[in-house]
Amino acid sequence: MTQGTTRDTAQTPAAPNKDFWQLRLYVAGQTPKSMIAFTNLKKICEEHLPDKYQIEVVDLVQNPSLAQGDQILAVPTLVRKLPEPIRKIIGDLSNTERVLVGLDLRPSTPPQP
Amino acid sequence: MSRMQKSQTKAVMTELEKTPTGIGGLDEVTGGGLPRGRPTLVCGTAGSGKTLLAMEFIVRGATEFNEPGVFMCFEENEAELTKNVASLGFDLQALFARKKLALDYVRVERSEIEETGEYDLEGLFIRLGNAIDSIGAKRVVLDTVEALFAGLPNEAILRAELRRLFRWLKDKGVTAIITGERGSGGTLTRHGLEEFVADCVIVLDHRVAGQISTRRLRVVKYRGSLHGTNEYPFLIGKTGISVLPITSMGLAHPAPTQRVPTGVARLDAMFGGRGFLRGSSILVSGTAGTGKTSLAAAFAEAACQRGERALYFAFEESQDQIMRNMSSIGIDLAPWVKQGLLHFHAVRPNLQGLEMHLLAIHDRVREAKPKVVLLDPITNLISVGDQLEVRSMLTRLIDFFKTQQITTLFTSLTSGDDAPEQSEVGVSSLMDTWILLRNLEHSGERNRALYVLKSRGMPHSNQVREFQLSSRGIELVDVYVGAGTVLTGAARLAQEARDAAEALARNDQIARLRRAIERKQRSAEAQGAMLRAELEAALEELNQNIDQETLRSQASARDSEQMARKRMADGEASKSQSRSPKPKEGRKNNRHRVSHLMAHSNGGRR
Repeated sequence: MTQGTTRDTAQTPAAPNKDFWQLRLYVAGQTPKSMIAFTNLKKICEEHLPDKYQIEVVDLVQNPSLAQGDQILAVPTLVRKLPEPIRKIIGDLSNTERVLVGLDLRPSTPPQP
Repeated sequence: MSRMQKSQTKAVMTELEKTPTGIGGLDEVTGGGLPRGRPTLVCGTAGSGKTLLAMEFIVRGATEFNEPGVFMCFEENEAELTKNVASLGFDLQALFARKKLALDYVRVERSEIEETGEYDLEGLFIRLGNAIDSIGAKRVVLDTVEALFAGLPNEAILRAELRRLFRWLKDKGVTAIITGERGSGGTLTRHGLEEFVADCVIVLDHRVAGQISTRRLRVVKYRGSLHGTNEYPFLIGKTGISVLPITSMGLAHPAPTQRVPTGVARLDAMFGGRGFLRGSSILVSGTAGTGKTSLAAAFAEAACQRGERALYFAFEESQDQIMRNMSSIGIDLAPWVKQGLLHFHAVRPNLQGLEMHLLAIHDRVREAKPKVVLLDPITNLISVGDQLEVRSMLTRLIDFFKTQQITTLFTSLTSGDDAPEQSEVGVSSLMDTWILLRNLEHSGERNRALYVLKSRGMPHSNQVREFQLSSRGIELVDVYVGAGTVLTGAARLAQEARDAAEALARNDQIARLRRAIERKQRSAEAQGAMLRAELEAALEELNQNIDQETLRSQASARDSEQMARKRMADGEASKSQSRSPKPKEGRKNNRHRVSHLMAHSNGGRR
């Protein structure tokens, strides 16, 4: 897949392994909502996945054709590319609990296969 | 926004601009197509043909109107969709290649999605916008946007976003079709899409009645435009959808004055000697076995003899059966079939729904281009639909035939108990000419009788005719009308014989009377002659007597003169000489009287 990202914020450019989280955040322009989402995401990752995550931000306004690949409808959408399976989290990620559930970091709450 | 205002003022100034769908019949119903630059909602139950209608809209736009289109599907993926519409002859791959079509499959999986706060559907807008811009699309289909309701948990956001989406589509100026699943509780769509799409709403329906399914289409709403409000049956055929407006909006088919012979000379005579009007619709109705098919076959044969093509739709008998049966009454159809002038289309009515029959009839008529079409019998179609449906189908058919100037003969079986003037499907008002065949039962036999109940636009006989089928073909015979009865068949023959005998007897009587008069005359004459002869004889005798008496009296006068001379009484002599003419006078008088008598007797004889 082409890397048409605008802001590549790779915290740890480590090789992908089982314990590595590759995340992609789709936004549409630098709206307040996308800024909030990015801030929230970074905070969560720092807190729960220190040094084992990568965030790629895709701005669909600039790369509209990328929306199709990951079936993006809503923005912001966070896609967990790795570890498998792919998970999608939509919204500005302000509900930390839900984000953790969505990322499978908190399996206690309603399990989602 | 400014664009919106512009398009609105434009709409006020001129008539609403329309985008032709290219779907057969739909443009007719909507008066030209869907509202240009606006979204249209197409809703219907599962399997009612929403996706196909939307896809045909896109494909026709791309192929016929040079308007590229975007098809955004939420339920089927590209491969499935491509395969599904290939059966309609739509080659989506070719359209992709020519950049006339963009297909975007939007998959929404609830289980994969976790909602974590505020979001919007800008992603969808971007995808759609990207697809539209990539090919310069003028048409857009969203099939079915309602899938989003299943995939996205927050309905409030979704509704707001959909409202924004439809506004955005308008601003983009694309003509869009949004499909929606029919709701259960009286709503048009399950999730109330109709509140967003207010310009044009089309409802599709798929009903099964009596094991036969019928698809229908109805334009519920079309803001700013006239439209047909009826339910129109539509078909999904080999070449896509065709909507069959039950009646075309106008009623303006041409009316030729040319006549076509009926195939039965005597029947032509009943229509002013020249047969049916070309392009008219003819109904032949009658109970079982009255000769409807025979009349139809005769008409078909006559058309072929004129070198015109005829198309025979048989809903009861097979082609072979009709041909065999007709050859028994001297109508040989085989050569015409061989020459390609006569085409048969024999199917069971309940093989398919009414609309499929309509389609088949349309297709066959387009193929064969006939001048004469026969439908035998239309009654059997009733088993397929209800009376109203059949009637509307026939209305549609007749309209179609009339615009093509095809003369059409329908046969209709009436059941024995009904009034024969009541055709089973109540289509008589649609017919220009109506021939009624019926059985007359009299003195132990059945005979066929033919009436012309009506025939628009021409003088026609009001007489009943006996309708005879024999190996020489169809013959019409005058029935016996007289002495307050109408007789046919053997009774007619017997009555005619009786009449002939009576006439003969009357003639004899007259002759006899004539002869009696003659005899009387002759005897009167003879008597006259005899009387005259007697009279003459009597007169002669009388005259003789008179002469004798005269002679005698002269003689006596002479004697007395001689006597006087002898007595030398000269003075006396001169006296007697002056007196002598007197008896002469008397004799003259006598003669005169007799001749007068004779003249009188002559006059009596005369």
